[in-house]
Amino acid sequence: MSNYLKLITFGLIALFAMMAINFARDIGFMVHGIIVLLVAAGMFMYTLRQTEASAFAGANPNEYADGVVRAGVIATAFWGVVGFLVGVVIAFQLAFPALNFDFLQGYGNFGRLRPLHTSAVIFAFGGNALIATSFYVVQRTSAARLWGGNLSWFVFWGYQLFIVLAATGYVLGVTQSKEYAEPEWHVDLWLTVVWLAYLAVFLGTLIKRKEPHIYVANWFYLAFIVTVAMLHVVNNISIPVSIWGSKSVQVFSGVQDAMVQWWYGHNAVGFFLTAGFLGMMYYFIPKQAERPVYSYKLSIIHFWSLIFLYIWAGPHHLHYTALPDWASTLGMVFSIVLWMPSWGGMINGLMTLSGAWDKLRTDPVIRMMVISVGFYGMSTFEGPMMSIRAVNSLSHYTDWTIGHVHSGALGWNGMITFGALYYLVPVLWKRERLYSLSLVSWHFWLATIGIVLYAASMWVTGIMEGLMWREVDANGFLVNSFADTVAAKFPMYVVRGLGGAMFLAGAIVMCYNLWMTVRRAPAKEASLSVAVPAE
Amino acid sequence: MSKPSKKQKGDPDTTGHVWDGIEEFDNPMPRWWLWTLYVCIFWAIAYTIAYPAWPMIKGATPGLLGWSTRGEVQAEIDAVNEGNAAINARLASTELTAIGDDGELNTFAVSSGSAVFLTWCAQCHGSGAAGAKGYPNLLDDDWLWGGDIEAIYLTIAHGIRTEEDDDARYSQMPAYGKDELLETVEITQVVNYVMSLSGAPKDATQVAAGAVIFEENCAACHLENGSGDREQGAPDLTDAIWLYGGDYDTIKSSVDNARFGVMPNWNTRLTEAQVRAVSIYVHQLGGGE
Repeated sequence: MSNYLKLITFGLIALFAMMAINFARDIGFMVHGIIVLLVAAGMFMYTLRQTEASAFAGANPNEYADGVVRAGVIATAFWGVVGFLVGVVIAFQLAFPALNFDFLQGYGNFGRLRPLHTSAVIFAFGGNALIATSFYVVQRTSAARLWGGNLSWFVFWGYQLFIVLAATGYVLGVTQSKEYAEPEWHVDLWLTVVWLAYLAVFLGTLIKRKEPHIYVANWFYLAFIVTVAMLHVVNNISIPVSIWGSKSVQVFSGVQDAMVQWWYGHNAVGFFLTAGFLGMMYYFIPKQAERPVYSYKLSIIHFWSLIFLYIWAGPHHLHYTALPDWASTLGMVFSIVLWMPSWGGMINGLMTLSGAWDKLRTDPVIRMMVISVGFYGMSTFEGPMMSIRAVNSLSHYTDWTIGHVHSGALGWNGMITFGALYYLVPVLWKRERLYSLSLVSWHFWLATIGIVLYAASMWVTGIMEGLMWREVDANGFLVNSFADTVAAKFPMYVVRGLGGAMFLAGAIVMCYNLWMTVRRAPAKEASLSVAVPAE
Repeated sequence: MSKPSKKQKGDPDTTGHVWDGIEEFDNPMPRWWLWTLYVCIFWAIAYTIAYPAWPMIKGATPGLLGWSTRGEVQAEIDAVNEGNAAINARLASTELTAIGDDGELNTFAVSSGSAVFLTWCAQCHGSGAAGAKGYPNLLDDDWLWGGDIEAIYLTIAHGIRTEEDDDARYSQMPAYGKDELLETVEITQVVNYVMSLSGAPKDATQVAAGAVIFEENCAACHLENGSGDREQGAPDLTDAIWLYGGDYDTIKSSVDNARFGVMPNWNTRLTEAQVRAVSIYVHQLGGGE
């Protein structure tokens, strides 16, 4: 019965996609129609061939659903390399503008590739890492199989479709020009559907858990999923110009739009890149270190204070703009109070290792996790500092911001994800160990030196730029033109590009190592995937 | 899967919860952490009393210090303007040609003019004033409309070919090709002649015929020897300095379609003292007469 409903649904979607292709008002919408048509037709054929088979044939309800996690691990590694590669390309396009070749204009120039890079690393790499690890962690810490049967597969493939629609849209110019929320209305709607399914799977699994308490990692994952749903919906409220076209008009305008955008933008950092990844940290660090979490009390207090405070910090992105002073003040003080709640996660991560410090010498995966928590601590100190109006008047609009974001994104999000992948691959593919620990060390040093080059060059160039902008002579007249500051940044841009290239090289080493782990590392005998409570 | 975490001697108690082998110590929060959090909260409250912060039904609390971002930037601007008020007035009233003799005034004008130039002029003329295609180089001594201080001032104040100022510099070269004033072959000839004035023509056999065309059509503005006329902004064609380019195709395009470079009039955008300052600045760049 449900298969017939599916067939009807896929048929209707395919029909609608064909109409969209026919009536499309812009090339981007037409390409999206073609992609949706292909997917719907493919799903239709697939379902048709399965009508006789039971939907859950072969799935043991007492086993963890690890297939979708394995797929998520592969997607994370793949999108990671894609996102880093585009990042390296645009870094060199900034250093050498001639790399915006004539034949790339309108498709592959910096303006088109920049959102492709940010979305690929945040949403494709980071998002897949969060979805995959949350599916893994919630099952293990709840001792329950994922709720909803194949719904988790829908979440996975639905999310990949969102990524492909967003990415093709950027290259073809389909954008609503809101930073980190560039996809247009039809892609936003699709992501909403996928995200609610994700929430349902996660909550459903938590509800049917066999453990009496909910583990702290799951608090963070749940906060991330719920808040991102809210942020996404509110920031993307818009009215399409036509249902057959990608263009839409924002409902908010002017400073309200700016405020909603940065309420979204800052909490994308807060809940996507901080809360979600803290969930990851709270599982994989104690597991890899084989030590108990340092303090339960600290985890409670820093969780609730982080959740409460983060949501108010957005206005610090709009200091000295049309935003009223009172909102700017509140954004700043909430950001500063946020300092300690952020550091609570760092303390719990680092102190969990006390008693296992010797592992730093022997286990490069632990080293990776420790440096990730270190970068987390550094950027969550830097963030509140940069939110102070006086500091912000120097740092805002400069490369310092870019350096800040990347010390967090490459150092914290990247490194903790690499650590989780190194932990997960042997477990998921039932291998005794990783293929090569020395390759992990290579990855560690390539990535670490890459981040240091990146962040240091951006600090230097950002502060230099800020000082040059405000430099005045004895009579109070500005000394530099904008173009002078751009020219002065060139050497630092080259260093930044090299740092990015090293980070990318490290990720490629990781992919090889993980691939060889699956192919070559000795298999592990015992089955690990039976869902039973730990005690 | 549940590999219990390894307990060690001296470990504190755990909370008793276990998830997939993960336990939690019952450690208290670090004191320094907690106290820093308290200090931050206390500071936040104090700061929001001192500065505009809490939204009320009508407006927000203004803060005890009476501070605002707009007030802050206005105070900075006022301080600079006040400090420079006297010398700006002197700059605006001194005879243009006499400014160069007044050392202090001249230094101030160059400094102020440099800031004006980098803010308003560098976009087209480049931050080093070396110009670009279609935008004259201001460092050399080749001037379209005159290079003494008064001519430069007039050009900057009223602009070139702008409709916003009736006193703007104005001239219009005919579009000989587009408006079919000359035959294609005649244009080819005259372009070769023009090239021969400062270098080698593309086709030397056309030069002689081109000279005749030039005298009949171009000499009125560019003068018979091609040295140009500053009264009409007609460029000197003999000096190998080209605003749009000196190759055959570019010159042909100029003759075919004519050029119509526009510069805004700055007298409504800048103060009198600023226009004078940037005139002085441009004048002293190297080519001033």
